[in-house]
Amino acid sequence: MTNVTRRDLLKAGVAAASIIASPAFAEPEAGAQLRVLRWKQFVQGDIDLWTANTRKFTEMTGIKVRVDTESWEDIRPKAAVAAQVGTGPDIIIGTLDDPHKFPDALLDLSELATYLGSKYGGWYDPCVAYGMHDGRWIGLPQGAAGACINYRVSHVRAAGFEEIPKDTAGFLKLCEALKARGTPAGMALGHATGDANSWCHWLVWAHGGKMVDAKNNVVIDSPETVAALDYAKALYPTFIPGTRSWQDPSNNKAFLAGEISLTNNGISIYTVAKNSKDAGQQAIAADMNHTNFPIGPVGRPTEQHLLLQAYAFKYSKYPKAVQEYLRFMWEAEQYEPWQEASNGYVSPPLAKYTESPVWTRDPKVTPFRDVVKGMLPNGYAGTLGAASAAVMGDFIMVDMVAEAAAGDRTPKEAAARAAERAKRFYRG
Amino acid sequence: MSTRGGTLTRLGSRLGILSRVRERGGGVGGLALLFMAPAGLVLLIFLTYPLALGLWLGLSDARIGTPGHFVGFDNFLSLARDQVFLLSVFNTCFYTVIASVIKFALGLYLALLLNERLPLKSLIRAIVLLPFVVPTVLSAIAFWWIYDAQFSILSWVMIKLGLIDHYLDFLGEPWAARWSVIAANIWRGIPFVAITLLAGLQTISPSLYEAASLDGASAWQNFRYITLPMLSPIIAVVMTFSVLMTFTDFQLIYVITRGGPVNATHLMATLSYQRAITDNELGEGAAIADAMIPFLLAAILFSYFGLQRRRWQHG
Repeated sequence: MTNVTRRDLLKAGVAAASIIASPAFAEPEAGAQLRVLRWKQFVQGDIDLWTANTRKFTEMTGIKVRVDTESWEDIRPKAAVAAQVGTGPDIIIGTLDDPHKFPDALLDLSELATYLGSKYGGWYDPCVAYGMHDGRWIGLPQGAAGACINYRVSHVRAAGFEEIPKDTAGFLKLCEALKARGTPAGMALGHATGDANSWCHWLVWAHGGKMVDAKNNVVIDSPETVAALDYAKALYPTFIPGTRSWQDPSNNKAFLAGEISLTNNGISIYTVAKNSKDAGQQAIAADMNHTNFPIGPVGRPTEQHLLLQAYAFKYSKYPKAVQEYLRFMWEAEQYEPWQEASNGYVSPPLAKYTESPVWTRDPKVTPFRDVVKGMLPNGYAGTLGAASAAVMGDFIMVDMVAEAAAGDRTPKEAAARAAERAKRFYRG
Repeated sequence: MSTRGGTLTRLGSRLGILSRVRERGGGVGGLALLFMAPAGLVLLIFLTYPLALGLWLGLSDARIGTPGHFVGFDNFLSLARDQVFLLSVFNTCFYTVIASVIKFALGLYLALLLNERLPLKSLIRAIVLLPFVVPTVLSAIAFWWIYDAQFSILSWVMIKLGLIDHYLDFLGEPWAARWSVIAANIWRGIPFVAITLLAGLQTISPSLYEAASLDGASAWQNFRYITLPMLSPIIAVVMTFSVLMTFTDFQLIYVITRGGPVNATHLMATLSYQRAITDNELGEGAAIADAMIPFLLAAILFSYFGLQRRRWQHG
């Protein structure tokens, strides 16, 4: 005989309520099975909870779900192939504007997104930009692997600063002081998809430069961009040598080795250092902190972050099961424990989820809480789509900053060259 | 040819196929075609179709998820004005020529050394093959560390030896990065050249050298008038493959530099991938891949004429 406890009854009640409360689409097809491909975890707790939540979904609905993970850069070609050949995973949880490359191949998630938005305090504006295409939701933002300024508290203090300056002018002075003390900053200028794009876009946007205007006209060759590149030219000499060849892992390695005292990164450096058994790494975790990017002459946050979002393909045999799975995973009962286990790696897309204690328990995590709210989408100030994805994929912004910073070209020449390259993609 | 036809006839009779083919009005030629059909089908599916699809995509404006329309040579005309593409063509040619020449010179030298009487010859030959055996991605990751701006073992050793006073920026400057990836390619490619040429060296009859020594030939004359001519057919084949592999290299670049800094190490293969998959411009990416075909054909013709020479040599 099976013993049924009060706790079991309560659990069953919550589960049943969760199913009952779901909207009309939540009636999965009989015998449905799902394949999910998502980005590979940086924090072990993330995938552990994701898997546990998925198992819970299977127990409650009988729908088998297979979850595969790939590094987030490898998701892109796989998603492309799936869209092209019309077979593959039912759901992909990938990055940025990928769903905007093949919107016609994707399921309409509007009803689900509207339901979640109204229940959890609304989607932040950048999520709407990333999730919607031509008036319908083709992606379901999961959050952003947000980047902040990571810095060594003791080094910054030794350089004469109590905290990271809030404006770009003060930030430059700090970096100069750090360099003078032999504890330089370092930010990637190689083809680092995450880190280099993140800070180069922030830099240009902070000075009012942008690749395109609201009508998708290329306007990068502007006095604002030249001002940003002049700033980059002044900032670059304060970096540790070699940042032009840096890829995404390079700044993590350099920071954890004590080679640099400031960089832009997600929370992964801190998590690795904190969880390390090495005393030296733990000392770095204790001595480091995070803050948001400084505000430039435009006077407001201009950050670029790695938005994570789910999208589902029309070729799926089980579109209702797909939406039910996504709904289940995005509901507070699952999302909040997962957010907790991820330890701040994914900044929430829905306002309600910023209330989780994970964002305040450790003050070093707090700067990551609101990054989605203040970020700008990739193709700012134009629309997301094939051209914005191509401009990002071709590293046009990064190359422009790198050329000007290292002195290969004057800021004016670098901006003109970037405009010429971008026009090839925005021609249509 | 008659022997081959006879064999086919006997085999066909045994299998009972020949009578069926004859009943339907086919001859030995028909049977031959029947036997060749599976191989032809494999070639059609796995070689002809992808090649034709690649050529078609290069002439279309296909994007991922959309079939695309015929746009003629628009992609090629657009690429002809694209500075990044033109840079990648230069990079690819430079990378291929320099790496192939050095791989050949060092590979031949190594093959000649390994052809001498050496203690532990088999072991040394096995060790020489190692760089070729290691998966390319692993060796690329190793080189990525070797060239790291902060953790390079090369810089560390040179600093310890007092040769330099700061870490070298192998991958941060365009020309330094180009030479660095060429060095990685050479390291990886030498074993293929060396071991294949060694196999070629071992087919040269010792009697030729004996005759030459009776005539008082010097070591250089032995090499110039016996080794090199006898080896030239193998050299043609080896260098064709070496050039093909170098020209189409992808993994080393993708892992070590991703085409950076500022596209200074982008090869046509890496740019093709970037444009087709990352940037979503399938048509343009395919056009870049198609633009590699004339270069590759030239390499194959080189091999063809090398083989022709072999036929001539053998009378």
